[in-house]
Amino acid sequence: MRYLPHTKEDIKSMLAVTGHSSVDDLFECIPEQLRTKQGMELPEALSEWDLDAHMEALASQNIACKDYKCFIGAGNYDHFIPAIIPYLISRSEFCTAYTPYQPEVSQGTLQGIYEFQTMITELLGMDIATASHYDCGTALAETALIALRKHRKANKIAISALVHPSHRQIVETYIIPAGYQMVEIPYTKEGLTDVSAIDGMDDIAGIAVQSPNFLGNIEDLSSFRAAADKKKIMFTVSFTEALAYGLLKNPGSFGADLVAGEGQSLGIAKTFGGPGLGLLAGTKKLMRNLPGRLIGKTKDTNGDNGYVLTLATREQHIRREKASSNICSNNGLNAMTAAIYLATVGKIGIREIAQQNHDKAFYLKSCLEKSEFTPVYDSSFFNEFVMKAPEGFAAKRNELIKENCMLAGLSLEQFYPDFKDHYLFCATEKVSKEDIDQLTKEVQP
Amino acid sequence: MSNRPGTSGLIFKEPQLWDKSSEGRCAVSIPRTDVERSELDKKYVGDAPDLPQLSELDVVRHYTRLSQWNFGVDSGMYPLGSCTMKYNPKTNEVQAARQGFAGAHPLSGEEFSQGALKLMYYLEKYLATITGFDAVSLQPAAGAHGELAGMLVIHAYHAKKGKQRSKIIIPDTAHGTNPASATLCGYQSINIKSGEKGILEPEAVAAVMDEETAGIMITNPNTLGLFEDNLKEIAGIVHEKGGLVYGDGANMNAIMGVVKPGEIGVDVLHLNLHKTFATPHGGGGPGSGPIAVTKELEPFLPIPRIEQEIDTYKLVTDCPDTVGRLHTFYGHFGVMIKAYSYILSMGAKGLKDVSTYAVLNANYVKESLKDTMNLPYDQPCMHECVFNDENQREFHITTMDMAKRLLDYGFHPPTVYFPLVVDGAFMVEPTETESKEYIDQFIDAVKAISKEAETDPDKLKKAPYLTKVTRLDEVTAARKPCLRG
Repeated sequence: MRYLPHTKEDIKSMLAVTGHSSVDDLFECIPEQLRTKQGMELPEALSEWDLDAHMEALASQNIACKDYKCFIGAGNYDHFIPAIIPYLISRSEFCTAYTPYQPEVSQGTLQGIYEFQTMITELLGMDIATASHYDCGTALAETALIALRKHRKANKIAISALVHPSHRQIVETYIIPAGYQMVEIPYTKEGLTDVSAIDGMDDIAGIAVQSPNFLGNIEDLSSFRAAADKKKIMFTVSFTEALAYGLLKNPGSFGADLVAGEGQSLGIAKTFGGPGLGLLAGTKKLMRNLPGRLIGKTKDTNGDNGYVLTLATREQHIRREKASSNICSNNGLNAMTAAIYLATVGKIGIREIAQQNHDKAFYLKSCLEKSEFTPVYDSSFFNEFVMKAPEGFAAKRNELIKENCMLAGLSLEQFYPDFKDHYLFCATEKVSKEDIDQLTKEVQP
Repeated sequence: MSNRPGTSGLIFKEPQLWDKSSEGRCAVSIPRTDVERSELDKKYVGDAPDLPQLSELDVVRHYTRLSQWNFGVDSGMYPLGSCTMKYNPKTNEVQAARQGFAGAHPLSGEEFSQGALKLMYYLEKYLATITGFDAVSLQPAAGAHGELAGMLVIHAYHAKKGKQRSKIIIPDTAHGTNPASATLCGYQSINIKSGEKGILEPEAVAAVMDEETAGIMITNPNTLGLFEDNLKEIAGIVHEKGGLVYGDGANMNAIMGVVKPGEIGVDVLHLNLHKTFATPHGGGGPGSGPIAVTKELEPFLPIPRIEQEIDTYKLVTDCPDTVGRLHTFYGHFGVMIKAYSYILSMGAKGLKDVSTYAVLNANYVKESLKDTMNLPYDQPCMHECVFNDENQREFHITTMDMAKRLLDYGFHPPTVYFPLVVDGAFMVEPTETESKEYIDQFIDAVKAISKEAETDPDKLKKAPYLTKVTRLDEVTAARKPCLRG
């Protein structure tokens, strides 16, 4: 096996040093009755070319093996990834390093993630961003725990019913065993979170609102800040489409205490939903409550600038059962990918790409309207919106995937039972007018 | 000394991104505008985020230079104990980058995602036969996330039995993530000491195990690199009182094909695909932390589950006893592809060889260095061995000094000051992919440094010398945090 360098000679001379008569004796220290009598039922080892063939056969059973047009998002977005991003991120000095415990030989990761933290704080208008989390849902769950622990008295967290359905489920998974509860803030006919409902909610430590929300609509975040202030509780903003903040006012400008977001849009491939990138940011006041790694700037003994992991006293390897979170590995390489993406698009690119997402989505919406789709909401949106489909669209949609390689709209009924025939559409900078026109033509009744 | 891989060479300074920025530059090809501009309501529009403005070459040079300041497995030996820094095969990267995988949208629908689901289904099967369990969930996104998933399963099991418990037993050799994960489930950690031989004694467990205790978290082999011989007996004591045994499988690299944790009393085990199954650590992640459970615990696994129906594969969420959802979609699929490729490349014999050579390499290091560094537990070890700085203390040299000096010799240092049960721990895990030649160079380096400790201790105090930066002021970094530019 090409990954195992041991020759017969090596083994012999190494066993002479360890004092074992054979390699099997190495396991003699394990009591006989604890050793397995069963083999591992695995396929015969494959050569590299057989593996290539096997894997391509599997990959080709996914629709994604073809050049399909993606008109869905819902937490995973189809954006263009410039060639330099996979090229740079596959440098093995980034890829094959561990968490930067030895800063003298990890300055690449450390400066890179420090720059990531800086650009994320800039994107979100927040004081501090962590070095990443698994995804938006797990980051949101951590913000819920921060709010609950800080409050001490209240036992519930109020989450908008228009937060991504999976994210709400993750929050419940995380907080219920610790004895807390989640309550949902209902939504209005405009497809927006009903801020007026918060007033009547008791025993809540914080609120969380997604914007743009799961239906694509942009929330009036200032009203939620006011509602949280009235109750003196924590206000968290979440989002699944990071590129929206190339155009929208950022959460920090509305006074968010915490932000939990998904950064997959920032140069990370869709990869069947993972690994993505959990973004987690907070105000300076919450610095010592944040979970996970933080990189700080400092000096070396020569007075030169350098970077280190810092504020580790929050973390599990120091604080053990009293840590702010159990997180250890995060999604570091994807954070680096996002940093490269943000440096690549820059101030000009992010604005233009964000604007184009909105333009294409607006155009798609207007085209679908002409094809007997009914717009459901009047609210402003970024690149996703809900349409009520004409009869027979469900079957047509399947046909579009098979015949035209077009993923057109996501049925909302699976998430909200009342939303029969409602579809969530998305358009990004990757779809052309031609693609949209073709889709419109295909769905013409 | 000529044998040392470490030497000085030209590297480049590189400022922070925004110090290179120049108004008007942009490194991305702006897409063609083919539809009309649609202005969003002004009240929602903010200023463009003030990101750096660079050319494409600026970006390429920036990250190329940064990468050159890093040490990875591809650069040199990285014997970081408990982290299993083995070689990450390049073919696995190629497999994961295939358009059919990398381009797959998670909500494409089952019918159009059969390749991905089939891969996940079989990866679960393979991990089950490797560990000796009945069912596996790939949902957890990292090792600690897997620990949380496992503890949630234990929590849900007790809830289903009708009586929740309040405590969990954790040995002093455990990773810090163990007690932190238990806390998230509301369990109080009951810390117990390992015995004189560095492994758990059944009596110590029996003394604290009661009907208020949910179970025990055991890492096997433990973080001293020793096999927990009494595991079966301990599991008996815990089961007797209605508790469950959580296995931390971070060190599974030592026992593939030799021990199946599911056969010896463990009820739930997490694996780190980014350790045992050769997926890259990425400078801190992303990892993947599947959990394996017994038949009895299967109903509690996180959703979605993957099921086979004749020749098709589907995602199942209708599981009334599940602990719930842990990830927005289906876990770190991109990492799973690499682990799956690895298992297929190795086969059963290959994986057993992996463990055999991992254990051989560790024992070889232990025997070769035990006269140089102090070995607190002098016993046959598994995949790693733990020394400390006791022999160097008379020269006022610490484990940290030894570790920093190793950098000059061209080696990533071992894990230091962990496990906590060894004062000044120096924890070496060579992994199976290091050859005898590399290991001999490492052994020579540690011996040479130990000699320097006697003859020139001041030199060690200021090491490293050849790195991009010298020792960094971590105290000021924590006291006056500067977390953004």
